[in-house]
Amino acid sequence: MDLAATILVDGLIYAGWLFIVSVGLTLVFGVLNILNIAHGSLYAIGAYASASMVGAYFALGGEAFPYGSYVAMILAAVLVALVVGPLLERGLLRFFYGRDEVLNVLVTYAVFLILEDLMKLIWGVNPYFVYEPYTLLGDVEIGPLFYVGYDFAVIAAAIIVGLAVWLTLNRTRVGKVVLAVIHDSEMSQTMGVNVQRIYLGAFMAGTFLAALGGALTAPMISVTPGLGVNVIIVAFAVVIIGGLGSVPGAAIGALMVGISRAASVHLMPEAELFIIYFVMAIVLLFRPEGLFAKTQARKI
Amino acid sequence: MRINLLLAAIIAFVVLAAGSVILPDWAMFLFAMALAKGLVCLGIVGMMRGGVVSFGQGLYYCLGAYTATLVANTFGVSDIFLLTLLSSAVCLLVGMAFGPLLSSYRGIFFAMLSLALSMVLYGSLSKMSFIGGTDGLNIAAPTFLGWAPEGRALQMALYIYVVAIVVIAGVLMRIYFDSERGLLTLATRDNELRVEYLGASVRNVMTYNYVFGAVLGGIGGTIAALALGHVDPEFAFWTTSGEFVFVAILAGSLSVPSVFVAAIILELVRSFSNLYFPNTWQLALGLFLLAVIIVLPKGLGSLVSRRKGNPA
Repeated sequence: MDLAATILVDGLIYAGWLFIVSVGLTLVFGVLNILNIAHGSLYAIGAYASASMVGAYFALGGEAFPYGSYVAMILAAVLVALVVGPLLERGLLRFFYGRDEVLNVLVTYAVFLILEDLMKLIWGVNPYFVYEPYTLLGDVEIGPLFYVGYDFAVIAAAIIVGLAVWLTLNRTRVGKVVLAVIHDSEMSQTMGVNVQRIYLGAFMAGTFLAALGGALTAPMISVTPGLGVNVIIVAFAVVIIGGLGSVPGAAIGALMVGISRAASVHLMPEAELFIIYFVMAIVLLFRPEGLFAKTQARKI
Repeated sequence: MRINLLLAAIIAFVVLAAGSVILPDWAMFLFAMALAKGLVCLGIVGMMRGGVVSFGQGLYYCLGAYTATLVANTFGVSDIFLLTLLSSAVCLLVGMAFGPLLSSYRGIFFAMLSLALSMVLYGSLSKMSFIGGTDGLNIAAPTFLGWAPEGRALQMALYIYVVAIVVIAGVLMRIYFDSERGLLTLATRDNELRVEYLGASVRNVMTYNYVFGAVLGGIGGTIAALALGHVDPEFAFWTTSGEFVFVAILAGSLSVPSVFVAAIILELVRSFSNLYFPNTWQLALGLFLLAVIIVLPKGLGSLVSRRKGNPA
């Protein structure tokens, strides 16, 4: 019983984190039809920016009001979205719209390689530690177990992010326009939608979500080079399981991956590293396009 | 036609083999590694002709390398011919198991499923401490039918061995590409449904391409392991597979020799940027990749501009 509860809680915490890092990926794919490998770098940039901002906040006398560091973290993600997002989308990706999906994977792979080294040039190779925000929320006691309060804040953040994305897409005018562009960008353009702006906006939103994932993770880890390499592959697994371009799919994918990883950590630690890909392979075997993907007619 | 091919093969062999005399040690090692990796990429090119790109070819590269290493360390086998044969047999079996399964996937899903399979191998190997875990294993220098060269002679022998394999594999793949099934692969890329309606089995074609890719990957992995003297789970990591795809894209699917030229170019770019910009070689590689995609779309063959007329 205890073990099941532990697995569930661990799984939920991991799933919350997974959802935040992968929902931006699925959003960008849904709108731009680009599977963005550089999403992992954007995550890492978010983590570095957050570590720098929080560090600066405490250096400037933030001790008086430590909760302000959370604002600094979110600001860091916004900053990354405002700077890196338009740079990548306007400067490079827009030239590849409508090209082959696999080619676009390679373009973003190149961006990923470039950003990996740029980060080393900007932030150096030494690790950054910002533990203050992590300890700020105290501990939570569940039965005999203690959890760090911050972990639950991540779950809450995931729920807020998920609701915000879903509501924006389905309940606002902007969201309807985005859905129209996803459905048929040419037709939307003839109806007077500024498709380029929707693309830019969607990519910036995706960048923000990637950076937010990194920003929220920064206090839990030491921020070092190579952070993005593993994240991107895990995020791929989540969005592929859920079906590319589907927000509810990303949530289900995150839950499946999160809980199965937690189960393997507790029951079969040897399998921890491959369980994620194993789940992904199994899902793809039975649902070749993921759980929530729309089936498309084949063209003759 | 066949005479021309034979002639081209002989010339390629002579030119490449001459490298064993001319090249300095470091370059010979680099070329041997590049050619070994080129074999893996040739497999990807074979699939690319059908419109699918495997992002998990590291699976077979790693499988071949580990098979050779484990056989060498457990049974004391050091003969390079036997090792190559064994690991390609293992990769053939694994490829035949996954091939039919993967043959119905296309585009991004084929790429991601193949990637998932290679990452399963990576994850398992990293956790298996009895075969070295993330540290990997060492493998002793190979012997050639009982002959056990050392130093420069070993390097030369290994290099000539790779060259011979590359030429044979290149010729065989060329013949396969021009065969009925090879041409069906091209037709599949253009219009899959039409091929089905004409009575050919697309799944069958895709399975063959995948299995050939698996065997080539295994051979490449074996040679790379023997040249390096060491294997580790990184062989199956997605960035390794990403480099193979990079070479395949750089080469395009129009010619077989271009695959090996592309592999050598990548190794050269990597070693020189490693030398001159030690901290930013990934940046250089990324810029190079972008430049290739933008400036050299013909190298992209099947993916960007479908070349009319002259079939690859």
